[in-house]
Amino acid sequence: MQNYSVYASRLIPKREPFAPGHRACIGCGEALAVRLACKALPQNVIIANATGCMEVVSSQFPMTAWRMPWIHTLFENTAAVASGVESALKVMARKGVRPDTGTKVVAMAGDGGTSDIGIQALSGALERGHDFLYICFDNEAYMNTGIQRSSATPFGASTTTSPAGKMSIGQKTWKKNVPAIAAAHDIPYVATASHSYPFDLMAKVAKGVAMPGPAYIHIHSVCPTGWRSAPDLSVRLGRLAVQTGVFPLYEIENGRYKLSMELPEMKPVQDYLKLQGRFRHLTEDTIREIQQRVVEEYEKIKEKAQ
Amino acid sequence: MSKKEDEITWKDIEIGAIVTEPGSTAEYKTGDWRSQAPTYNTDRCIKCGICQVFCPEGCVEQDAGGYFIANMYWCKGCGICARECPTGVITMVEETE
Repeated sequence: MQNYSVYASRLIPKREPFAPGHRACIGCGEALAVRLACKALPQNVIIANATGCMEVVSSQFPMTAWRMPWIHTLFENTAAVASGVESALKVMARKGVRPDTGTKVVAMAGDGGTSDIGIQALSGALERGHDFLYICFDNEAYMNTGIQRSSATPFGASTTTSPAGKMSIGQKTWKKNVPAIAAAHDIPYVATASHSYPFDLMAKVAKGVAMPGPAYIHIHSVCPTGWRSAPDLSVRLGRLAVQTGVFPLYEIENGRYKLSMELPEMKPVQDYLKLQGRFRHLTEDTIREIQQRVVEEYEKIKEKAQ
Repeated sequence: MSKKEDEITWKDIEIGAIVTEPGSTAEYKTGDWRSQAPTYNTDRCIKCGICQVFCPEGCVEQDAGGYFIANMYWCKGCGICARECPTGVITMVEETE
């Protein structure tokens, strides 16, 4: 459990804090990411979960897939609820109402709840310096309500509100860089992770939750339904996103950048794009444009990490 | 949960819609969503557990012999285990009626 750098899948804890029987789609990468993240969390933890796919699939009333204290919040106030819970625990310990048991607070939200609707609350909570971990599960659109674009949707992706056609190439803007926004608050820990690298993901979650002060982790999670990809390719797509440089893995500890995975040779983005129906309409020129941008972005992070 | 999902009435529900039983979805059968099922050729299995790590359901369990086998009560048949298995133990076959 402690030594994640050893690639031995059997060392991963057997307990399942995220119970099976949840209603996630077949091949859901986000369910996998949540499951892995929950395994890395300590026993004493309270989760504040925003509206979104994970709330809908895991808490079909009167059932719940969570084996830990869990509260459903709205899209916009996940970070506010988490900071309230954290403050309440602190005050109750100070007044002697409840002993300090070292309970950790974790906020979970999707990309819409983080980069669009909840960013104000997130920014506030990071700025106030609450001791909590915020995890964003990024499946690059509002999948829960039917694949509407969010500001985390990548350039060129076809969604129901940015459809590809004769006059449109799909999403017109580039993906919003939320980890950089979180890092701009000068918080102790920011990281990006992917469910296709489970040991890296679990190490980052364990580190983020143990860190005093706010921590932010951005987890790229594949959505076969919204990305129009085969369900069995979920893990492979997550891996390709990292290997092509579309979603580089890095962590920022006290302002210091560190690449979690160096890419001596980046795979062409075509490998990643061609497996997804949402990028099917892209022309050679657009793919070249995406490739150029991906290399630029990767070089920027690489430069910071030196 | 003591009662089945379709037997629960409003009288059984806690005030404030609080769910008192953690992990109760484990009783919900997602196995009937499946159109493909994993089959195992355990001769080639090295018991690495990669299928267990990458299962989005968390339904892969170790049997008495130490082999990792998916629990068909929950397996939705996504095929990630078959795709990720390094030795090619798992093949997906169409479900029959």
